[in-house]
Amino acid sequence: MEKRTFAKGLLAAVVASAFSVFTPAFAWEPTKTVEFIVPAGTGGGADQMARLTQSIIAKHNLMKQSMVVVNKGGGAGAEGFLEVKGAKGDPHKIIITLSNLFTTPLATGVPFNWKDLTPVRMLALDQFVLWVNKDNPAKTAKEYVSAVKAAGPGKTKMGGTGSKQEDQIITVALEKQSGAKFTYIPYKGGGEVATQLVGKHIDSSVNNPIEAVAQWRAGNLRPLCVFDNERMPYKTKIAGDMSWNDIPTCKEAGVDTDYVMLRGIFMAGGVTPDQVQYYVDLLEKVRQTPEWKKFMEDGAFNQTALTGKEYADWVAKAESLHQGLMAEAGFLAKK
Amino acid sequence: MQEIQSLMGGFAVAMSWFNLALMLAGVTLGVLIGVLPGLGGANGVAILLPLTFSMSQQPGGATSAIILLSCIYWGALFGGAITSILFNIPGEPWSVATTFDGYPLAQQGRAGAALTAAFTSSFVGALVAVILITFISPIIARFALQFGPPEFFSVYLLTFSAFVGMSKGTPFKTITAMMTGFALAAVGIDTVTGQLRLTFGFADLLKGFDFLIAVIGLFGIGEILLTIEEGLEFKGAQAKLNMRVVLDTWKELPKYWKTSIRSSAVGCMMGIVPGGATPASFMSYGLAKKMSRDGEKFGTGIVEGVVAPETAAHAAGTSALLPMLTLGVPGSPTAAVLLGGLLIWGLQPGPLLFVEKPDFVWGLIASMYLGNIVGLIVVLTCVPLFAAILRVPFSIIAPVILVICAIGAYTVHNSMFDVWLMLVFGIAGYVFKKLDYPMAPLVLALVLGDRAEDSFRQTMLGPEGSLGLFFSNPLVGTITGASLLLLFWPLISSAIAVARGRNGNRRGG
Amino acid sequence: MQANKPVASTRTAELAMAGLFLAFGTLVMWDTRRLGVSWGDDGPQAGYFPFYIGLFIVVSSAFNIFRALNLGEKGRAAFVEWGQLRMVLLVMVPTVVYVALIANPWFSLGIYLASAIYIAFFMWYLGKYRWARIAPVSLGVVVFFFLMFEVWFKVPLPKGPIEAAIGFN
Repeated sequence: MEKRTFAKGLLAAVVASAFSVFTPAFAWEPTKTVEFIVPAGTGGGADQMARLTQSIIAKHNLMKQSMVVVNKGGGAGAEGFLEVKGAKGDPHKIIITLSNLFTTPLATGVPFNWKDLTPVRMLALDQFVLWVNKDNPAKTAKEYVSAVKAAGPGKTKMGGTGSKQEDQIITVALEKQSGAKFTYIPYKGGGEVATQLVGKHIDSSVNNPIEAVAQWRAGNLRPLCVFDNERMPYKTKIAGDMSWNDIPTCKEAGVDTDYVMLRGIFMAGGVTPDQVQYYVDLLEKVRQTPEWKKFMEDGAFNQTALTGKEYADWVAKAESLHQGLMAEAGFLAKK
Repeated sequence: MQEIQSLMGGFAVAMSWFNLALMLAGVTLGVLIGVLPGLGGANGVAILLPLTFSMSQQPGGATSAIILLSCIYWGALFGGAITSILFNIPGEPWSVATTFDGYPLAQQGRAGAALTAAFTSSFVGALVAVILITFISPIIARFALQFGPPEFFSVYLLTFSAFVGMSKGTPFKTITAMMTGFALAAVGIDTVTGQLRLTFGFADLLKGFDFLIAVIGLFGIGEILLTIEEGLEFKGAQAKLNMRVVLDTWKELPKYWKTSIRSSAVGCMMGIVPGGATPASFMSYGLAKKMSRDGEKFGTGIVEGVVAPETAAHAAGTSALLPMLTLGVPGSPTAAVLLGGLLIWGLQPGPLLFVEKPDFVWGLIASMYLGNIVGLIVVLTCVPLFAAILRVPFSIIAPVILVICAIGAYTVHNSMFDVWLMLVFGIAGYVFKKLDYPMAPLVLALVLGDRAEDSFRQTMLGPEGSLGLFFSNPLVGTITGASLLLLFWPLISSAIAVARGRNGNRRGG
Repeated sequence: MQANKPVASTRTAELAMAGLFLAFGTLVMWDTRRLGVSWGDDGPQAGYFPFYIGLFIVVSSAFNIFRALNLGEKGRAAFVEWGQLRMVLLVMVPTVVYVALIANPWFSLGIYLASAIYIAFFMWYLGKYRWARIAPVSLGVVVFFFLMFEVWFKVPLPKGPIEAAIGFN
């Protein structure tokens, strides 16, 4: 017994010297380290955003407790979502989502749904751009798609990240709209896809802006159109005399397809409105920092950022959209 | 010789007291991280990212930040070898091949020699890779672009070919073990179709079998159980504890110059492609065993068997930073986190980084030279200290090791299931060893299985996919050809021997 | 019971192990039915490789069983002796209890407390050390890991009542 008391005392002394814990009586605040779960591997888009958020919070002292980023990307993100689903009522876990919030349960039948979680807020929407190699003769999206159609099925390779996820869904949507047929090649990461396109192992990709921008600036890749209903607002020159704003929307370019990816935050189910509000405010502070704004511009994000009911409605709409697209593509898990 | 000039400029940037202090701190931390399984390089770098964020805002700060982080990376590369050699527990995946000869050496009381050889070869591998990066990075970057799915598959095939035929005993046990590794690698989500495989509805199986958990169990815990059969002590406690051992080992090392060169080449290729440090270490070990005059003695505890995997792992680990910088493709999980760091600091990895931020790039390259020298000095001076760990009585060190294993297994996915899994693998490791089921092919299949399958099936996608693609250009044809040759070499050589024998007989008769 | 009396013969162990592998291979093959095991238009289906992997395991295990039955004299040698098994169990049983103590549905101690108890028990029972020696080692190791993981590197490990009592969870 003596030893345990000693252990307790020693641990207490050590911890007290390293940390001091305050628990204010008003409004809810985290009382221990917050886990920021990323349902994807290290180095990807969601991971970068989570780590940036963590860095900004640490740098500007926006939260008294610390935050750790935990990657749980197993089973196309199912690992992370199941963990948060299982942590009902735990206010010290937040999760950032990719489209796999919808696609993974639909494609694999793993039992979770965004309704098991509590929506906190949207951080941004990630764009997708149709890219080709600089040596591709097509100058516009219309030309490219017509060429693919003319070549016939199986002649053109579209590279993307993962299987039955956002990149492949866009590819299918593009096929449906235009009648062209691609062979979709799944890779593990966006940077790898961009490199494969530079090396001409694939013919086109639907990389996010941040995944391909370096190769665009180096003149190795050419953007054809952005899969959104409005052009990206950023007018700083990126590559030569082109800015993000100069890339036409796919609708303008004659291939009417659009898709944006949710970068939003969720918590476990069964948390109190107070607790949700805390994270809504915290993330609002993050969004106001210059570091965040620079990151948004570098990655050419769509800065729509909904909260509350609007956010939940948006997510519900996105879910039915995915349900529809995936059902048509035959990507739904067999029951 | 513009490179030399740029490099000198880089040294000027990197050589401040502040940066040197950062290197020392980074390497020391990295060694610590590398020693503890589970707290891998990727983890360590990720955890320190927020710290470097404010650092990068000051002028020249981005260079200091990457120096700190990359030195953690070098440190982790060095540190991974320590527990492999002392306890048969690889701290990092690329140290698995180091256990094959490193641990037997330690058991013979030559832990100091094994550690010295490991550290020195690591340094040599890294140095070769850095020199390559300094002078021919544009060519390397173009070489990496040549690699599509068929090329990747041929490289994985080469790794397997270099490695098979290694174990003695019945081929059926080798096949069973290797195929079990492949089966475990297939558990989880299938990259190509997105279907779940072999999960049987268990949520814990979704994430698949992590290599590190299998290895901690099979090698680490299995070994402790085998040791304890014989009583409560570790062999190898009589290890010498002075710096003489470093000098003595250095005298021996130049003998293995061929292995060093070959391993550096293998490592650099695998790092640039990027195939990764783990396959590089396996491939290099396999090739060394096949080509060395002492091939028979590999696995019984010879220094050359430590030199080969360590040189390759470190060469690969270092050259993996090149595709990261010039292509934005991370060559390893740690490089992936570093890449995220660059983006957060406002740097854009890609072909233009060398042009736009020469200070940063050359500062980093200079820090690769300096960081590795600092790292070598740090770890070599600690060799006696590390070897002394073996003198700690078994009933103290064994529970501590088991605790470290448990923490290591837990941290991979933050899951208790993995800790139980590790124990199961531990018992399996004990039984495998007693029944002569070879574990190395199982581990290799586990680490490469899904990657090889992915690249094979990526190649086959579409109506034009056919096996002919693996010979469709000189690059992939050469690699595939070389791997087939290696794979069937035992058959070919015995066929040649038979043919010669017949000729001889005819002449005689 | 004599320490050098065999618990099981090598033949029995070989048969058991090969049997386990046989079952494992069958399981792998069984799971591939729903994935498709043929070589389709787009190359091999998801179940193609696992199917043959399973088949290889089954076939080679069958050979291993055949070999085990024909081991002759070697097969009668001891796989493990009672004395050896006792030592192995002396390590394995406390380790299993240790892992169970870290986290379980009823009473979780957290990894730190469980590790301290485990190291202490190991040193006391197997090493016959005195408590004056045991206490600093087990506590020192645990405090070091606590600082390393929770404080410096912010890697959250399973925690229990003690950490909660000192306001660190």
